[in-house]
Amino acid sequence: MTVDEKMTCDEASVLVHALIDGELDAGHAREVEVHLASCPGCAAQLRDYRIMRTALAAPALRHQAPAALRARIERALPAASAQVIPIAPSRRSLLKGMAMGSVLSGALAASLVLVVVRREEDQRILGDVVSAHLRSLQGDHLIDVQSTDQHTVKPWFNGRLDVAPPVVDLTAQGFTLIGGRLDYIDGRPVGAVVYKRRAHVINLFVAQATAGDERARIEQLQGFNIWRWRHTDLGFWAVSDINAEELQEFGDKLAAAISGSA
Amino acid sequence: MAAGGDDMDAERARRFRAAALPYIDDVYTLARYLLRSAADADDAVQECYLRAYRHFDGLRGEAVKPWLLAILRNVCRAEFARRAGAASNAGEVAEDALPLWQEPASSPEAALLRQRDSATVRVLVAALPEPFREAIVLRDIDDLSYREIADVVGAPIGTVMSRLARARGMLREAWLRAEAQPELEERSS
Repeated sequence: MTVDEKMTCDEASVLVHALIDGELDAGHAREVEVHLASCPGCAAQLRDYRIMRTALAAPALRHQAPAALRARIERALPAASAQVIPIAPSRRSLLKGMAMGSVLSGALAASLVLVVVRREEDQRILGDVVSAHLRSLQGDHLIDVQSTDQHTVKPWFNGRLDVAPPVVDLTAQGFTLIGGRLDYIDGRPVGAVVYKRRAHVINLFVAQATAGDERARIEQLQGFNIWRWRHTDLGFWAVSDINAEELQEFGDKLAAAISGSA
Repeated sequence: MAAGGDDMDAERARRFRAAALPYIDDVYTLARYLLRSAADADDAVQECYLRAYRHFDGLRGEAVKPWLLAILRNVCRAEFARRAGAASNAGEVAEDALPLWQEPASSPEAALLRQRDSATVRVLVAALPEPFREAIVLRDIDDLSYREIADVVGAPIGTVMSRLARARGMLREAWLRAEAQPELEERSS
């Protein structure tokens, strides 16, 4: 509909809902409002629909899942019966378990706490990695320096970070270097080297890491695969929506190139 | 660290729990309105979460709530099919058969809706035919955007908009009728 056409009540009767729901852009909202100002019938409907909308938003219109249902679902998920290492959702609950008479030795208990604490930090960092990946895909902030040339991308990080992220060209292996940017993980500036595999973006985050597992491994979080690796004093996190096998391949190639050149 | 299979499973389950369980009331609410039975809603929500867990790795950065609601909706459709056997669409209004919702010509401008208690509103919503009930529950009670509703029900946004307009038109009609016949609201709860 163009601006000079007059809106009919038929059109308004549909669009008035989008107006109430905040789904109209400013131009269309204005058109609906112009119609409403001159049409008492539609204006009356709007009034009613607003009353209905308020009534429907009342908490009493929602249903609360029964506690027994919640418990059934909990029981059906694996962790409730995991036997190997007790994966506690928090340090406090693990400690509580010990206080309640578990037979773990003091040393083992202490190391478990360390594992759990590190896990929490790990999880936070993985969460940050996924968030940063998602942010990079929105809008046009995927790359600060756009280049398929590793000798352009690598020096770009100089002076911007306290680490020098290795930038390797994996084009021959099927992963195209498209650029780099600065990002933030766990509140620290990190280097992000950006690759593409077909239409999929791979963000490789590089930051200083003096502790942590040296072995490379793949994790999943919120539907993304994350390949992580530590080499010398650098931590690497590659995140993408490509499948785990391809990301593993990316990681293998990257690790080989970096270890080889060091 | 001993990273056995159980360990990975437990970790995956922990992440799933953190991502999916916060929406259990939204999922349960939709199940109650779609199935109109507390017992069936219980089963459907449990089935929904088990399916969601199986497919959790396939989730690619989508919003979790609409994803869960879409799964729940599929579970409910299977339940409808089970209930009705072959004649599964008996309770649904054929959408094409009806014109876009039109206000009756005599609709008085002064017919301002009265506020109603939640129990009455709940009964009025539950009485709406599908797919209009579903549209209004997803929008007004589970608070999804049009885009998210379109994804959940697998229909274009335009369809979502006309369904919602029809749904609210029907609800308004029923609401006004309930005001004229106060005994209707006694039926509730």
